[in-house]
Amino acid sequence: MAILTAKKVTKRFGGLVAVNALDFTLEKQTIASIIGPNGAGKTTFFNCITGFNQADEGEIIFDGVPIHRLRPDKISHLGISRTYQNIRLFPNMTALENILVGLHAHLHATWIGAVVRTPATRAEEEHAHEEARRLLRFVGLQGKGDVLARNLPYGDQRRLEIARALANKPKLLLLDEPTAGMNPTESEAMVAFIRRLRDELGITILLIEHHMRVVMSISERITVLDYGEKIAEGTPREIQTNPRVIEAYLGRGSAADIPEQAVRPSVSTLPASSAAG
Amino acid sequence: MYTSLTEKLIDWSIALYLWGFRIIVVLIVVIGTVLTLIGGKYNSQQWIDFVVFGIAQGSIYALIALGYTMVYGILRMINFAHGEIFMSGAFSAYFVASALEQSGFLDQNPLVALVLIMLVAMAASTGIALLVERVAYRPLRQAPRLVPLISAIGASFFLQYTFRGLFGPGVYAYPVVELLQGEWTFFGINILKAQVVVTIAAVLMMLGLYTIVMRTKIGKAMRAVSEDKATAALMGINVDRVIVTTFALGAAMAGVAGVLYALVFRQVNFFMGFVPGIKAFTSAVLGGVGNIPGAMLGGLFLGIFESLGPALFLESLGIVAPYQLKDAIAFTMLVLVLIFRPSGILGEKLTAKKA
Amino acid sequence: MNELRRLPVWHSVRIGLIGGVIMLYICLVGMVEVFGRSDIIERVISLGQVLLLLTGLGAGYLAARRAGEPTNALTVLISGVVAGGLTGGLLTGLVVIGSVVNLRAVFINASPALYNALTLGAGPNGAWIPLVGGAALGLVAALFCLLPRRVRQSIVNGLVGVLLAGLFSGLLRVILAARPGWSAELGRFLFASEGLTLAGALLFFILAGGLALLWSQSQATVRERITRLPEAQRKTLRWAMLGLAVILILIFPQISGAFIAQVIVLVGIFALMGLGLNITLGMAGLFDLGFVAFFAISAYTVGLLTSTGEHGIAQWSWWAAAPVGVLLAMIAGAFFGLPVLGIRGDYLAIATLGFGEIVRLLVGSDFLRPWLGGSFGILAIPKPWIGNLELAGPQQIYYLAVFGAVLVAFVAVRLRDSRLGRAWMAIREDEDVAEALGINLVQTKLLAYMLGGAFAGLGGAIFAALVGSIFPHSMNLLVSVNVVALLIVGGMGSIPGVIVGAFALIGLPELFREFDEYRYLLYGIALIAMMLAKPEGLWPSAAIRRELHTDETDETETNPGSSSTVPAS
Repeated sequence: MAILTAKKVTKRFGGLVAVNALDFTLEKQTIASIIGPNGAGKTTFFNCITGFNQADEGEIIFDGVPIHRLRPDKISHLGISRTYQNIRLFPNMTALENILVGLHAHLHATWIGAVVRTPATRAEEEHAHEEARRLLRFVGLQGKGDVLARNLPYGDQRRLEIARALANKPKLLLLDEPTAGMNPTESEAMVAFIRRLRDELGITILLIEHHMRVVMSISERITVLDYGEKIAEGTPREIQTNPRVIEAYLGRGSAADIPEQAVRPSVSTLPASSAAG
Repeated sequence: MYTSLTEKLIDWSIALYLWGFRIIVVLIVVIGTVLTLIGGKYNSQQWIDFVVFGIAQGSIYALIALGYTMVYGILRMINFAHGEIFMSGAFSAYFVASALEQSGFLDQNPLVALVLIMLVAMAASTGIALLVERVAYRPLRQAPRLVPLISAIGASFFLQYTFRGLFGPGVYAYPVVELLQGEWTFFGINILKAQVVVTIAAVLMMLGLYTIVMRTKIGKAMRAVSEDKATAALMGINVDRVIVTTFALGAAMAGVAGVLYALVFRQVNFFMGFVPGIKAFTSAVLGGVGNIPGAMLGGLFLGIFESLGPALFLESLGIVAPYQLKDAIAFTMLVLVLIFRPSGILGEKLTAKKA
Repeated sequence: MNELRRLPVWHSVRIGLIGGVIMLYICLVGMVEVFGRSDIIERVISLGQVLLLLTGLGAGYLAARRAGEPTNALTVLISGVVAGGLTGGLLTGLVVIGSVVNLRAVFINASPALYNALTLGAGPNGAWIPLVGGAALGLVAALFCLLPRRVRQSIVNGLVGVLLAGLFSGLLRVILAARPGWSAELGRFLFASEGLTLAGALLFFILAGGLALLWSQSQATVRERITRLPEAQRKTLRWAMLGLAVILILIFPQISGAFIAQVIVLVGIFALMGLGLNITLGMAGLFDLGFVAFFAISAYTVGLLTSTGEHGIAQWSWWAAAPVGVLLAMIAGAFFGLPVLGIRGDYLAIATLGFGEIVRLLVGSDFLRPWLGGSFGILAIPKPWIGNLELAGPQQIYYLAVFGAVLVAFVAVRLRDSRLGRAWMAIREDEDVAEALGINLVQTKLLAYMLGGAFAGLGGAIFAALVGSIFPHSMNLLVSVNVVALLIVGGMGSIPGVIVGAFALIGLPELFREFDEYRYLLYGIALIAMMLAKPEGLWPSAAIRRELHTDETDETETNPGSSSTVPAS
């Protein structure tokens, strides 16, 4: 059953068509990837889903609800969370506070309740702190709750951002280049972690990724964008052999010699992906 | 959906209110204008006077606004003391002007004298601006954004009361330049000479500045630094020098504006920089902060609007002494522009980083 | 030129010139004359002279310190003399030029009286006096430099003590004289009709210097003893200190007299507005420069509802009117805020500044004069009553202000640690991300703006009760600027910081009303100096302190979380 359906979504910036009549379907509890060269419109598509940008044309339906005209906060309430290509934590708040902000939509204290500190508010706060600490443990940041987000090491910041996204109890999690800037070992840990999210929490995951090794090993379906248009869709193996994809990545004419290089590392990890799936 | 009913209700009433707000403002303007025009209290010569005065005043605002806008474009900082830079130019020029008047030079060679006065004003303004930049702003360039703002507010007080202490709290009458007395007639329309000269001088200065920014090497460097300081530095641009140049250029414009202001209003005082300073910043915002043609347009727009506004919108609505509300009109218009076009008339869409 | 710079004397020349320019500034701006009128020690030295002496000594000291790196007494002394001499030399130049040219045509303070003051009464013939005097001061400063550190410190402490006692001598004398008997006697012994008596000055010097010495020696042991106390006793100690503070706060206005109480009420009003702005600006990051609008709306509401004068409409009691005023301020916050809250950053600042000005212009206009009194304001606002007790003067309204400030502080703390406080901070840090996490931007920002407005309104209501009449000219931009400045100077986000800031920026200028002309000059200098020396504020909150000092190199203007560590992919 599809959790997210996009029909003919188009987004223009001035004369530039960033996303062009894109049709896209995402099945529940899958891990899918969107790939494509720089400027292909991947992040813009994410922004259209989360309401940062409003699609000029087309519609996006999440879980039966049309969301293409909603504000970001409403979309978040429906159960979509995301992370960002260049980490966007709240730098001057502690790790724990970052997660507590993620819990915002699930808390209900009013300002009067907070000032008077009613029993209900107090209970809710305690519960929220507990939940936040649980999430910290879940992403392996136990004991770092009081560190300012800006002072965390890079990898921890990535994981904290995911924890914050998880605090919203999403049904769909959008990850924008979760392994950017990571070395191979860290990337592998991240891949395992993303699988855990789907396997243990049942979250549908859509990611943008540039590391082909990661994409090929983790994705059940891959969509390839180029100049805002979908040029291919399918399983990792289908994508690897698709001539249009190779052309988009490497340019016309060079398809003969270099594709092997681009694809080779991922081939070796393919069994792992099928084992997990 | 987690959205509660009350939240939805609040959202709706907010939207309703916002539309009501816009409609009411538009109604006031339209009804007031129509009533005034029907009433026919002013003849066409008076309307032209309003507009011409507005243009002259507006071009002075625009000249001051350039300093705000350029500094904001590069440092993302409101140079709160810029109004005082304007004042210091006018004040220093006053002493030169009255000395020239006493020696009779002003009446013999009025043009040379005026140029001399402007040069002195530019020099004084620039000198003071550079001193302020060196002492109060440069050490704070890495500090959080509010810190230089507070320092600028401090500099503003310091300059105002330094001038008060050095030269006294009185209002000084600027010498009369005979050449600029009386009116010229263009196509049957009478226009005060001083206002024509002020407008022309301001436009020339702005064109000069625009040429510097768009055509010269230092102008290119300024634009580069305002895009991205770190990258500009990597490209071998001396960021400090560019910032100093920006302050100097803005201050020179403010100095000229000070003289022009004194030619129109014929008086100087230590407090004279405050209101024009705020108006000029408003102009800069109106045009889109960081945008040089925007500042010029914003200044003219504001000048004309506040000159016309009281008579055009308010008087026929039965408001007593509408000229007292001139500034209120200016600020209301600012708020309206910001609501309908949050980045100013010519402004780019403000990204989170720049805001 | 470069070789010149390498000479050790170069620094002394530079410092001397800077010192000289400062001295010229002090003279020409008129401080010597105005401050000369108030004696620190009666008929011995005036505040104006102290300023000049301090500049000379300072120049000499800095030059001597700089020369003193390879310790060589002679270089130190020469540097001091050169710097001090130059500093005074510029004044000599002023006197010489002034006796030939009439500088007064431009500088109103360049009068013969000034030249006489600079030459100790000798006039142009004594032009050499500042030069020699400056050199002498430089020598003294250099000698001072050679003293051991502990001695230097006690001398400085003693002098600061004398200076402070001299500055506040008027107030202290009045307080002491209020009670007859030993207190009045002591007052007469220490203070003359203007400044300290010589005996008093000596006493203060010894006391301040000696006590500071004692404290510097024993402070470590006292600290240690406190930390070694068992937890229970430490707790009792803390509570005792707190209780003592509360009692002091409660009886304070009765000791201090009406004038100081009035100053404290103003400080309290501004402190509670600062706490209000701390929610709007400090937490939610909404830069509001139109705070005065809410202050004015509430003050006028209270005025109109309570006044027994011609503009009064209801003759309510203050207690009934104040909540209405606060509520109206809050509603005005909603009405003002809604249209502009979508605007970001500095644009919001200028839009709110516009609101403040609009409100001021409206209340002062002839158009609304039949209702709001125009520039004549609203008079005859009665004082609040508690039962049969009238809060007649500042000494009683004081409690109202203190209660208001405590209330606001309490609300601020509670909100900070709540879901809302976190939402505000998230908006301050990155509003796009905050919205994507489900925070309703408009409603959350609006609440911050309205609460800030409500607190400003409370300030306005108390202000109306304090002064008994309100005028449009007290509703100027300066109120908003003061509130922002005290928040930053005190330390944003820190409640004690706001109170310290209010004392520094509101209280001190009020205390020195006699130097009213130079009030804003000194205010401006203080703001700049403060930002240069302690940008985090006088009493920063723990988080800010961490932020400014853990990693100095980190860029603060861009989003730090995303900077530098992300390699291009």
